[in-house]
Amino acid sequence: MRGTEPVEPFTEHTGTAVAVRRDDIDTDQILPAEFCKRVVKSGYADALFKRWRERGDCVIDRPEHRGATILLAGKDFGIGSSREHAVWALRDGGFLAVVATGFGDIFRRNALNNGLIPVDLPAPVVEGLMDRVEADPGFRLTVDLRSCRLRWADQGADFVIDDRARRMLLEGKDAIEQTLLRRDAIAAYEARRAPWMPAVPRGAFDAASATAAR
Amino acid sequence: MGSPMTLAAKLWESHVVSSPPGGPDLLYIDLHLTHEATSPQAFDGLRLAGRSVRRPELTLALEDHNVPTSPLAVADPVSRTQLETLRRNCETYGVELYSLGHRRQGIVHVVGPELGLVHPGMTVVCGDSHTSTHGAFGALAFGIGTSDVEHVLATQCLELPRPKTMAVDFDGGLPRGVGAKDLVLALIAEIGPNGAQGHMVEYRGAAVRGLSMESRMTLCNMSIEAGARAGLVAPDATTLAYLKGRPYAPDAAHWDAAAAHWATLRSDPGARFDRCVRIDVSALTPWVTWGTNPAQAAPLASEVPAPDAFADPLDRASAQRALGYMDLVPGTPLRDIPIDVVFLGSCTNGRLEDLRAAASVLQGRSVADGTRLLVVPGSMEVRAEAEAEGLHEVFLASGAEWRSPGCSMCLGMNTDRLVGTVRSASTSNRNYEGRQGATARTHLVSPEVAAATAVTGRLTAPADLA
Ligand code: SF4
Repeated sequence: MRGTEPVEPFTEHTGTAVAVRRDDIDTDQILPAEFCKRVVKSGYADALFKRWRERGDCVIDRPEHRGATILLAGKDFGIGSSREHAVWALRDGGFLAVVATGFGDIFRRNALNNGLIPVDLPAPVVEGLMDRVEADPGFRLTVDLRSCRLRWADQGADFVIDDRARRMLLEGKDAIEQTLLRRDAIAAYEARRAPWMPAVPRGAFDAASATAAR
Repeated sequence: MGSPMTLAAKLWESHVVSSPPGGPDLLYIDLHLTHEATSPQAFDGLRLAGRSVRRPELTLALEDHNVPTSPLAVADPVSRTQLETLRRNCETYGVELYSLGHRRQGIVHVVGPELGLVHPGMTVVCGDSHTSTHGAFGALAFGIGTSDVEHVLATQCLELPRPKTMAVDFDGGLPRGVGAKDLVLALIAEIGPNGAQGHMVEYRGAAVRGLSMESRMTLCNMSIEAGARAGLVAPDATTLAYLKGRPYAPDAAHWDAAAAHWATLRSDPGARFDRCVRIDVSALTPWVTWGTNPAQAAPLASEVPAPDAFADPLDRASAQRALGYMDLVPGTPLRDIPIDVVFLGSCTNGRLEDLRAAASVLQGRSVADGTRLLVVPGSMEVRAEAEAEGLHEVFLASGAEWRSPGCSMCLGMNTDRLVGTVRSASTSNRNYEGRQGATARTHLVSPEVAAATAVTGRLTAPADLA
């Protein structure tokens, strides 16, 4: 699923967490649109949750949560805009996983494409973890992608993740390369597409309008 | 005969390139739309890997998110770099591009359909969540991120887990003066901002059949605001009439065969959906949003709700926070909310039909003192058609600004951004915190309500005007 950047296999990660007690966090909150003007794929740490941080006292900036690598949030994280910049900003901000109750579909996919693990767990479990993290900022969680399990202290919870994406992450594979291996099947499909399917060759529209105008 | 199939299943299965055991299907993508904001990193990826674009003629690029809408010089160097990057990439990889100033430039989701590029039965993707718009044609259309944009450029395919299916039946006839925007706001309020997560939604019922293509696009456009993977309307005579004669519609030699195929694109009787929702629309009235996500909406004739009115504690907390951001007091009639700026445009409501509806309300009336109305057509074609009908004269005479096409004030990215704690009524699709400007407060409305609101300077339905 990932692009062409060097892909490091992801198997397991242990780190501290920070809890953002809020539901329906849309990708405009994660990264405001003005940062979508940039043409690069990294360097978005300054944009992460920009509006909230500008207003001050954002939990992300509290010293006790410095170095957190796991983000805990409410229900339906990452709804809205398809901007992958939101995932890049979380990754640049040091996060390797987001634990929430439901995700926006496009965000979930973008996250997996970038090795940011969306850990989807029931609200009571996430809330319990938020309580623990708020009481003890040094509290550590482990995301285990091999067994699809989030572990903490002597407990744990299983989560479901797209199996193909999981295998690609575990093996550190390049998704485009995998699809290109199927070029024969793609060519065979192309040979049976309907003859009326549209195509927009470069320059064709202007050429046609110029002819029509003559 | 196999078992009855949903329209979504037919679209899906007819695009499967290969289906590895245990793995997700590899789907062929018939049309890829792209724009300056989510493509630079995808082209960079191709370059780094030394890959080419498999089928450049199946991608169309437009400049929309980051363009000024008046005047047209791009002053911001960062924006200019982004536009120049798109132009260079399209040239290098042989992709067609309608740049700022081109007579077919405009918002991707407005331009694709009006060129006749979107047919029933196609798959359409774009690095933009509102790609769901194109489902109005009975095409499977969904938004993707930049990694997948790169994947489509390189392979013309995507490997995707198969979404579930959902039917939304709008029962009853739509009352006069109530349209697709009201319909979809009522739906999102009912099921929540991620209520259709993981589903391809098919809209059905008499109310949908009666909608024009433009209105069906408005409806499907906002599917993503309910979290849906895609929205769909089965093609019918309205679809065919819209397509016939457009530049990229099937030509005369293929039209009959295409039409015969399209006639099969409907959910079979008895087809099973994973989920069904029914909404009676016969008593629907104009709807507006009061909160900070599109599900926080209510009839314009009602009041700002009290957080206590929500049974679910999560909804209550979310309403509380939204009212704080929006600076609204529970119990205030929505009609009493004063509006500083009205934005008429976007891929949701920036088509000719929307401009006509707004102009008919504004005819012979003036924009209220202290209120600003921006009219931003969705494309150069919409702008030209509107001018041919004299709609721009109605807007200008009322005191509105008549601008050039682009995403404009829909998202705080280009120069059309709200500054300060300004309150807007907007025909766009998102009322998130900071969406139209860092501290801007947005109320989503239909084009008719936008026009009437501009006249009074408070949220108003056309029927409320003397
Ligand atoms: S008009 Fe708004 S929602 Fe539509 S494509 Fe542009 S920014 Fe996205």
